Amino acid sequence: MMPNDSLSKVLYIDLTKKKFETRDRKDLFEKYLGGTGVATELLLEECPEGIDPLHPDAPIIFAVGPLTGAFPLASKTCAMFKSPHTGDLGESHAGGRSAIAIRMAGYGAIVIKGASEMPLYLNIYDGKVQFKNATTLWGMKDGSIPARVMRQKEKGEGLRAIFRIGTAGENLVTYSNVTTETYRHFGRLGLGAVFGSKKLKGMVISGKKAIEVNNKKAYRGLYDQIYKAATESPVMKKYHDVGTAINIKALNFIKALPVKNLQFSSSETIESVSGESIAQHHLARRVACAHCPVACIHLAFLREPYDDDPYFYKTSPVCYDFELIYSLGTMVGIDEPTNLLKLIDIVEQVGVDAMSMGVILAWMTEMYERKKITIDDLDGIAIKWGDAEAYIEIVKKIGTSTTKFLEACGKGVDYAAKQFGGKEFAMQFGKNEMAGYHTGPSGYLGFLLGARHSHLDNGGYSIDQKDLVKIDLTPAQVVDKLLEEEAIRQILSSIAVCFFARGIYDLKLVSEAVKLLGFDLTDNDLMEMGKKIHLNKYKFKMREGFRFENLDVPERIYETTDPTGKITKKFIQEGINYAKSLIS
Amino acid sequence: MKLSVRDVMRCVGCQSCMFACSRRSGNAGLSNTCIGVKSTGGISRGFSVIVCRSCENPPCAAVCPTGALVAKEGGGVRLNSSKCIGCGLCKDACVIEAVFWNREQNKPVICVQCGYCVDYCPYEVLELIKDKKGVAHDAE
Repeated sequence: MMPNDSLSKVLYIDLTKKKFETRDRKDLFEKYLGGTGVATELLLEECPEGIDPLHPDAPIIFAVGPLTGAFPLASKTCAMFKSPHTGDLGESHAGGRSAIAIRMAGYGAIVIKGASEMPLYLNIYDGKVQFKNATTLWGMKDGSIPARVMRQKEKGEGLRAIFRIGTAGENLVTYSNVTTETYRHFGRLGLGAVFGSKKLKGMVISGKKAIEVNNKKAYRGLYDQIYKAATESPVMKKYHDVGTAINIKALNFIKALPVKNLQFSSSETIESVSGESIAQHHLARRVACAHCPVACIHLAFLREPYDDDPYFYKTSPVCYDFELIYSLGTMVGIDEPTNLLKLIDIVEQVGVDAMSMGVILAWMTEMYERKKITIDDLDGIAIKWGDAEAYIEIVKKIGTSTTKFLEACGKGVDYAAKQFGGKEFAMQFGKNEMAGYHTGPSGYLGFLLGARHSHLDNGGYSIDQKDLVKIDLTPAQVVDKLLEEEAIRQILSSIAVCFFARGIYDLKLVSEAVKLLGFDLTDNDLMEMGKKIHLNKYKFKMREGFRFENLDVPERIYETTDPTGKITKKFIQEGINYAKSLIS
Repeated sequence: MKLSVRDVMRCVGCQSCMFACSRRSGNAGLSNTCIGVKSTGGISRGFSVIVCRSCENPPCAAVCPTGALVAKEGGGVRLNSSKCIGCGLCKDACVIEAVFWNREQNKPVICVQCGYCVDYCPYEVLELIKDKKGVAHDAE
């Protein structure tokens, strides 16, 4: 790496002692570039084996990469922690201004340990960390309000990132988020609860550094090449126009869209919640992460009249994309866009992961429909498919619940189904609630085998759509493809490039780009590094008790029509066994 | 030549212009940027794009105690860095905060109206106007 690059500076913060120090960790960055590669090493170093994920000694790690602040689309921050949701690897990526702000503040990574006795937020700038009392911000119902207070109190307009949790994180809901810049999330695996366990309400960070490159002319040339691809290439256009929500109609058409807890894989009534329809009737603004010209963030404006006063409206900006329309729309039978936006809005306010919340609501609805639970379990709220008002009331109770059932629902669908039954239709894979792809066996093997059980680990759904609908592949061939893709994605998340840019940043381009930042690595070197990082993650998973043989697969996936017709127990089991033979 | 904000409502907040401005000096990062994009109270409300308006009678130059900032004929200022003592009076004098600051060098960064940033705005928020007398749009 470049000798003076501040990327190798790691900021260590102790919330118990209210102390901080910066250490140079060139050793880690030279070995693993940054992002997920470095964060995995820091997690292995800092996280005591077998620790309760909500114990003060459990670390939170943020890491950015060498290309952050240098090239477009390198705007992701990788967060690592022990997940309170799955009990193994917690990894989550978010954009907004988070990555640029960390890099411009002069750090490549931040490690937060300890726990405060009172609520705090951190203000990080000019090489200093201020510990600010957040007592008054704790417990605010709408998570955007504490962010507004931090915005008004602290410096760094236009250059800062503002991280924060909602009440779900405070109440240790295991699928609570950390939100940054109002609409971007460290989602899925419960980073919000880890913040909450440390009484850490939020973090403001900003800076305005220079990053030295070793060939100014070549740098500008490569920058222009990438910028042109980002703004003109058809591979980015889908994110820019209708956005990922365009997949609602496409997946519905091929019968791959989970509907009503995946009892169905398509619906006749999704037209008004399709990406095209929401864009036409509700889209109000598109915005971007810092240093990304694509602007994939789609904001709808929700206008709700007040019942007690005519011509008086509440207007709320609500961010939507494919995953939210699936999880809080089709999965729970909501096909009316205003109801969908209202449910998304409350999910944002409390700060839970939208996908997990939607899957849990869908499972709850089926449990109630099948009379496996009573209205008392639901604290008096009768839920049914499509009833947004009832779902909104349930979301408000998650984390503050008065019944054992709702309390269990705050720990994920796997946990709740183990307590109350209904495992066969509890749509989790590796304890993580499913993403919206009933595309075929590769998608499910992708969820099961991905290091963080995310659809984004390896994009298995893409193998179903590109290959398995047309040709036969053996389970081993599918798993080989998944592992290769996951290795490549380790490099993207180590240089901290958005996965949406995977069509632009192939390993050859990555090799050219990192060279300008002083890393001499061929595309083969990068591939080997990706495989190593992936194995390091499995090292952590295994250490914390992950076992391939413990993977539960809900029966439902074998029952509902999919585009390939190839989802069988035999296929899935052979895939798992093959992966185990390679990784264990 | 004068840099102008053509339609601030088209801004998505990607800050590509800020990175472009800083990149002119050859390096990456943001230390040398003299264009500012910030939200107007949360990104859902849109953005302010701050560029130097190239004033005819620039307040920043008027307060410079060392003559480091000199008003240019036809508008705008030129910075003679060797005379600058980094006092920051110019920064405080600009009501739209278009005098930016390089914290690493403790010197102002002054827009030279080159228009390099314009080519990196994919949404046509910025423009470089050749005939300044015909300017009808306010820079925000």
